[in-house]
Amino acid sequence: MSEGLGKFVDALRDHDPEWVHSVTESLDEVTVTVPAGAIVEICTFLRAGHGFDLLADLCGADRGPEEDPRFEVNYHLFSTSHYKRIRLKALVSEDDPRLPSVSDVWKTANWHERETYDLLGVVFEGHPDLRRILLPSDFDGHALRKDYPLRGYEPYSMN
Amino acid sequence: MSTAVENIPAGFDVMDQPLESEMTLSMGPQHPSTHGVLRLDLRLDGELVIKAIPDIGYLHTGMEKLIEYKKYQQGIVITDRMDYLNPLGNNLAYVMAAEKLLQIEIPERAQVIRVLMCELQRIASHMVWFGTSCLDMGAMTPFWFAFKEREKILNIIESASGGRMTPSYFRIGGLMMDLPAGFENRVRQFLDNFPDALNTFDTLITGNTIWQSRTMGIGVIDKEDAIDWGLTGPCLRGSGVELDLRRHNPYTGYETYDFDIPTETDGDVWSRFLVRMRELRESYKIVRQALERLKPGPIKADAPKVVLPDRDDMRKHMDSLIHHFLIVAEGFNVPAGEVYMPIEASKGELGVYMKSNGGPKPERVHFRGPSFVNLSALPVMSEGEMIADVVAVIGSLDIVLGEIDR
Repeated sequence: MSEGLGKFVDALRDHDPEWVHSVTESLDEVTVTVPAGAIVEICTFLRAGHGFDLLADLCGADRGPEEDPRFEVNYHLFSTSHYKRIRLKALVSEDDPRLPSVSDVWKTANWHERETYDLLGVVFEGHPDLRRILLPSDFDGHALRKDYPLRGYEPYSMN
Repeated sequence: MSTAVENIPAGFDVMDQPLESEMTLSMGPQHPSTHGVLRLDLRLDGELVIKAIPDIGYLHTGMEKLIEYKKYQQGIVITDRMDYLNPLGNNLAYVMAAEKLLQIEIPERAQVIRVLMCELQRIASHMVWFGTSCLDMGAMTPFWFAFKEREKILNIIESASGGRMTPSYFRIGGLMMDLPAGFENRVRQFLDNFPDALNTFDTLITGNTIWQSRTMGIGVIDKEDAIDWGLTGPCLRGSGVELDLRRHNPYTGYETYDFDIPTETDGDVWSRFLVRMRELRESYKIVRQALERLKPGPIKADAPKVVLPDRDDMRKHMDSLIHHFLIVAEGFNVPAGEVYMPIEASKGELGVYMKSNGGPKPERVHFRGPSFVNLSALPVMSEGEMIADVVAVIGSLDIVLGEIDR
């Protein structure tokens, strides 16, 4: 899968060298770490010019409370014309867990971003409807954070 | 009208004027046609849907959180409960993600059995979709016919794995155990009768004019919107995009099987229906081919630190016993890294994002459930339709709430 992905990384680098912080290639997958602030421009660039028209998945991960930046958001891009995949990774810190929303680039990002916000507390700016999606609206905390205990702080009550 | 109004008892109002404002109707979460615990906030103008807002999370069980606290092999049983109509597909995506991180080779026989079981499971999953989506629209008879076929497949799966809906048959590095004696005959017996069942379904439903008028032109989503909303699987193929990961990102040797990718162009409920009905025949073809390829051989990879040894080996060899103890008690370490493993599940692209930090438990596992993404496009398909058509659209999406809420 990784053959031929280098040209997309080169295209990103040619367009703006700032866009590519680092590139990891392992297990036939290519991960490009990109600046969080430019994620909308990068996604628009890859969608419009390089055929990555389907956002397969968007998910966040907590690297641990001691890490800085603490959170990462992974964008798994897929193309319905050349069938290649590429992963974009944006890092956000715990103090300011914000990055722009890509829900204008792909509408499907809407629910993925809501889920990431719900479970990890990453805020997507410009999202049309950033509410909790899986957990109740009055839930306290973000359950997928590493410092959130598996069984919660106290039994949750629907009252 | 005037006489009717005069007969109304005092204290009651009669509404002979259309509503001036829209009405909000909460459909679900216990509504039978929502396939689980989905709640829809419908804003209605009479019977017309102005806005539909899906509300999910009623079945959230924190699987992604739980899996971080379990060893890799313990996560397999959790995936069974996700899309409970397609548990073998979930198992496959999960174990393949771990196998990719571990970089272990799976023997040929195990690959063939995986394909065979997954395609049987796809038929079983489509049988539930067929039965329930007909039932949603008032056709009760097809439901019994479809569940009869599904029952036969569940019996086959049970004979191999011991579980009907929670088989956990695939293990990291191979299979739980080899197929039991008489398995191939059981599958052949099912396959011999299956085309007749398909013809019965076509007679009952596909050629039925009531069915056609209930589904044609309903819940339309065009090609561009379908891609924009991330639809995959039969929903995307119903909108005219020929995309099947078994062909375009092949895994477990699917590239060597001969099958077609059915597509339709209209993007309505009818198109998605036709795509799935034709897919059943393609799965039938693949199962036949897989049966032909079943040759004796090992079913577990040669990776003693990861794969549980055979019972017999443990009695004779000290190192097998040690490996067994270590795998069960401490688990096995998976090299640090991250993978995204997509497969074509019965409902679309099921992706597993797995991140390892080098230990025996995953650091993060995320499931990209096809139902989750397909449901998010429900408002586009149902707004502007009648309320009875919303039920038809939900049926055509083939959602499973266990996977949406995870």
